[in-house]
Amino acid sequence: MTDLSMPQTQTRTQSATGKIALRWLLYVLLGLFALYYLMPLFVMLTTSLKSLEEIRTGSLISLPREVSFDAWKTAWSGACTGIQCEGLRPYFWNSVLIAVPAVAISTLLGALNGYVVAQWRFKGANIIFSLMLFGCFIPFQVVLLPMARLLGIMGIAGTIPGLIFVHVIYGLGFTTLFFRNYYVTIPAELTKAARVDGAGFMRIFWSIFLPLSLPIIVVTVIWQFTQIWNDFLFGVSFSQAGTQPVTVALNNIVNSTTGVKEYNVDMAAAIIAGLPTLLVYVVAGKYFIRGLTAGSVKG
Amino acid sequence: MSEWLENHLPKVVLAPSFIAVLIFVYGFIGWTAWVSLTRSKLLPKYEIKGFIQYERLFDSPRWDTAINNLYIFGALFIVIAMVLGLLLAILLDQKIRVEGAIRTIYLYPMALSMIVTGTAWKWILNPGLGIESMVQGWGFANFEFDWLVNPDYAIYTIVMAAIWQSSGFVMALFLAGLRSVDGEIIKAAQVDGIPTWRIYTAIIIPSMAPIFLSAFIVLAHLAIKSFDLVIALTGGGPGYATDLPATYMYAMAFSRGDIGQAASSAMIMMLVVFAIVVPYLYSELRAKND
Amino acid sequence: MKRFAFVTVSTFAIAAGSSVVAEPQAEVLHWWTSGGEAKSVAVLQEEFASNGGTWTDMPVAGGGGDAAMTALRARVLAGNAPTAVQLKGPAIQEWYEEGVLADISAVAEAEGWADVLPASIAGHMKCEGTWCAAPVNVHRVDWIWANADVLAANGIEMPSTWDEFNAAAEKLQAAGVIPLAHGGQAWQDATVFEAVVLGVGGPEFYQKALVDLDPEALTSDTMVQAFDQMRTLRGYVDENFSGRDWNLATAMVMNGEAAFQIMGDWAKGEFLAAGKKPGEDFLCASTPGDGYLYNVDSFAMFDVEGDDKKAGQDLLAKLIVAPNFQKVFNLNKGSIPARTDVGLEDFDICANLSAEDMGSTSAAGSLLPSYAHGMALRGSQSGAITDVVTAHFNSDMSSADAVQQLADAVANSY
Repeated sequence: MTDLSMPQTQTRTQSATGKIALRWLLYVLLGLFALYYLMPLFVMLTTSLKSLEEIRTGSLISLPREVSFDAWKTAWSGACTGIQCEGLRPYFWNSVLIAVPAVAISTLLGALNGYVVAQWRFKGANIIFSLMLFGCFIPFQVVLLPMARLLGIMGIAGTIPGLIFVHVIYGLGFTTLFFRNYYVTIPAELTKAARVDGAGFMRIFWSIFLPLSLPIIVVTVIWQFTQIWNDFLFGVSFSQAGTQPVTVALNNIVNSTTGVKEYNVDMAAAIIAGLPTLLVYVVAGKYFIRGLTAGSVKG
Repeated sequence: MSEWLENHLPKVVLAPSFIAVLIFVYGFIGWTAWVSLTRSKLLPKYEIKGFIQYERLFDSPRWDTAINNLYIFGALFIVIAMVLGLLLAILLDQKIRVEGAIRTIYLYPMALSMIVTGTAWKWILNPGLGIESMVQGWGFANFEFDWLVNPDYAIYTIVMAAIWQSSGFVMALFLAGLRSVDGEIIKAAQVDGIPTWRIYTAIIIPSMAPIFLSAFIVLAHLAIKSFDLVIALTGGGPGYATDLPATYMYAMAFSRGDIGQAASSAMIMMLVVFAIVVPYLYSELRAKND
Repeated sequence: MKRFAFVTVSTFAIAAGSSVVAEPQAEVLHWWTSGGEAKSVAVLQEEFASNGGTWTDMPVAGGGGDAAMTALRARVLAGNAPTAVQLKGPAIQEWYEEGVLADISAVAEAEGWADVLPASIAGHMKCEGTWCAAPVNVHRVDWIWANADVLAANGIEMPSTWDEFNAAAEKLQAAGVIPLAHGGQAWQDATVFEAVVLGVGGPEFYQKALVDLDPEALTSDTMVQAFDQMRTLRGYVDENFSGRDWNLATAMVMNGEAAFQIMGDWAKGEFLAAGKKPGEDFLCASTPGDGYLYNVDSFAMFDVEGDDKKAGQDLLAKLIVAPNFQKVFNLNKGSIPARTDVGLEDFDICANLSAEDMGSTSAAGSLLPSYAHGMALRGSQSGAITDVVTAHFNSDMSSADAVQQLADAVANSY
C-alpha cells in the first residue's frame, strides 16, 4: 500500500479551500461515473416494479407510478419457460450443480498447473504454458460442433457432468494463468529449501503453496464463477431437457419471438438470474482487489 | 519406481490439462481449418473442395463491414476502457470514504449477463425512449443523440455498452497495481517536492507496465469474443451495420446452415487473435526466461 | 467416476419406461416459450399425456428458432437427437438429406393427411415422397394491421393497392400521425419486403423471384419498383424505428401513435392481450395485392432408438394433425389450422378471413411460402437476400444498386 492517498498535504502551494474544492470535485466525478454505471440497473429495477400497462403507455425510463412485486414472483416461480410455467426456480438449481463443481475443479487444476509451470520448470514448460494460454482466446462458437461430437462419443452429451467438463476445459487457460502469475512471485528458494528438507512435490504444494494462495483463489473463483454462471452458448448447446441452466431459461422468458412480451417479468428474471454473481462481487469484491494486488496481475 | 514418479510428478500433473488443451483447442482449430475447405452446409462434411469458402467470404460486403467494425470497435474499446479504468483507479485511490461501495458499483456490470442488460441499454440509447427524449423533455429541444439508429454511428453505442461492462474490471486491475507500487519511492519523490501529476506520469504509471499488458490481453479477448452484446443491443443492425466477426460467424453457422462459410470466417478470426496474442506471449515469456 | 453418479432426467425416464409394452415418450425441442405460445403447446402435452405418453419439454427460445437450431445441431452431432423438433420449411428437407429424420408415413396415411391439407402445405411435409413432418398451424405473414379510430378520424379506408397506401400515408403524415409502425430488425424488414414484392409484382413474380431465385426476375424492373416502394415506406416510418421489437411497433398502433403495421398474425396476440377487439379497435386486412404468404409451423421426428420413443413419435404426429388439437392450439396462437376441415365458428374475423383467403388462393395457385420466415428458401439463400434488403432499407442505397447486390448475393449463396 502506498501513502499516495493524500498527496495534496505535501504541496504547499495549495490553500485549504483549494483542497476542499478539489475533494468535492473528486467526489462529484466519482458520483457521475457511478450514475453511468448504475443507469442500466436503475432501468431494469424500475421496469421490474411497474405493471405491464404502465410500461405499454408510459416512458420506459421513468419511476414506477405504483410499485408492484408481481413480476418478481412470476419470474421466480410462475413465468413460462416452455410448457412448464415454474419460472426460473428449477433451472437455478441446475446452474448451481454445474457452476460449483466446475469452478472447484478448474480452480484446483489451475492451481496445480500454475504451481508446476511457475516452480517446477522443466524443458518445454514455457511452451506448454503459452499453448494453454492461447486457449483463452479461442472463440467459443468455433468449438461447439466438434465438442458436441466428442461429448456424444464420451457418452456425456446433454448431461450436467458434460457441461462441467466443457467449462473446466475452457476455464483451464485463465485459471492456470492466474495461479502461474501468482506463484511466480514466490521465491524459488522456498521450494528448494523444502526439497532439501525432504518434502516432495505434493507435500510442498499442500503445505506451503496452497495456504499462501487464498487471495488468488478468490480472484480465480470470482472470475470462473462469473464466466460459468453467465454462460449461455455452452448451456444451450450441450444441455437437454432437465439439465438446462438458468441463462437458457432466462433467454426463454426474454427472447421469445412471436409471443406477448412482458418486460417487467423479463427484467425481474434478469436480476434474479444475476443475483448470485452480483452477490459474489459485493461480498468478495474487497478480496478481489486484494487478490489482484497480491501479485496476480504483475505479469 | 517411486523415485521416478517423484521426479516426473510435475509433468504427470500437467499432462492431463495439456492433453485436453491439445485436443479441445488445437484439435478443434484444426477441425475448423479442415471444414473451412469443404462445402459443409447444415452439418459438417469432410470432402475438401478448395478455397471456395474464403472466396465467398471476401466477396461478401457483410464480412467487410464485420471486419471493419472489429477494428473500430476493438481499438476504441481497448483504448477507452484502459484510459477510463486507469482514471477511475487513480480517483478511487485518493482515500475515498465509501471506496468499497463505489468500487462495487463500478465493478458490478461484469457480473451481469448481457442478455438483458442489453435491453436496458437499448431503451436508454433509443432516441424516442431514452436519453434523447429525456433531455428534450428538460427543455433542450435541439438535443440529439440518435447513434443507436444511425448506421454510421451505431457501432459506437456498442463501444459505450462494452466499456460500461468491462471498464470496472480494468479499474480493479489498475487499482491493484497502484496499491502494489513501492511506497518508499513515492515518499522520496514527495519529499523532493515533485508535483503529484509528475509522480504519476513519471514513476507510478511506468512501473505498472505489466498491468497494462494484462489489461490489454483481457480486453482484447473480450473484444474479439464480443457476441451477446451485439445480439442484445442492436442484433447487428441497423441493417448489418454493427455486425462483428463473431456474430457473422454465428449467423452463418447456426441460422443459415452454412457451416463451411462459418468455418472460414472463424479461421480469419483466429488469425487476428494470433497476430495479437503471439507477440504478447513471446515478450512475456522471454522476460521470464532471463 | 463421477459421471455415472449423475443420472439425467431423460435417461432416468428411459430406464423407468423400458417395461414390456411400449410407452410413448417424447422429448420435444421447440421455441414456443412465452405465455400464449407455451399454453398452446401445453394443450398438446396434455393430450399426449392423456393418451399415456410421457412428454419431456426442451424449450429454447431466441432469434426465431436460431438458438434452438444451435442446440439441435449439437444434439444431432452428439448422437443424442431429441424425439421431435419444431422445424419448418426447406429446413425439413435439408435435415432429411443429412439422413437423420424418421419416416412417419404410416401415421400420415392412416390419418389421411393428404385429403385434409392444402397441397402446397402438404408439400412441405414430405421428403422424397415420404411424410417426414406434421404441420401445426398456418400463420399468414402478409397482414396489414390498423388502428380503427385513427383511420376513421382521418377518413381513411384500408388500402387495397400500394398507391392507395401511399396516399393514405401522406395524409396521415400531414395529420401528424406516424403512418407505419415498424421495427428495424432484419427479419422485420424482410417481412415488409416480401409483402411489397408480392403486391408490386404479383404472385407469379413472387414465385419466380423469391422462391425460384430466377436471376432475370431478381434484376427486373419490377424488382426495382419493389425497392422503390421500400424506399417510400422508409419515409413513413418514424426515425426511432431501428432495433425496435415488433411488439413495441404493435403497441404504437394500439395507442394511436401510428396507423398501420405490416406483420404476421402473431401481432393479433398483442392486440388481444391488451383487450382490443378485432374489427372495432383494430382492423386486419391482407397487404395490397393478391396472394397469400404462409408461415407453417411443423414438427419433424428424428431418428431415435427405442420402441417407446418411436411410439411417442407416432402418437405425437397423430395428435398434432388431429382436428381437436388443431383447433385449440390455433385459438390460442392467433393462427389458423393447417387442415381445412376444422370448423372456424369460434375463431375471430381475422382468422376467418385468413382461412377464406387460404382456400381461394390455394385454388388459384397463389398460396405461396414466406421467404422471410424460412418457408421458401434454404437458410443461406434467404439470409443473403435479407442482408441486401435490410442494408438497402437502412441506408440511402439506390434501388438499382440494391437489385444488383441482390443478384450477386444470391449467386454467392449457393
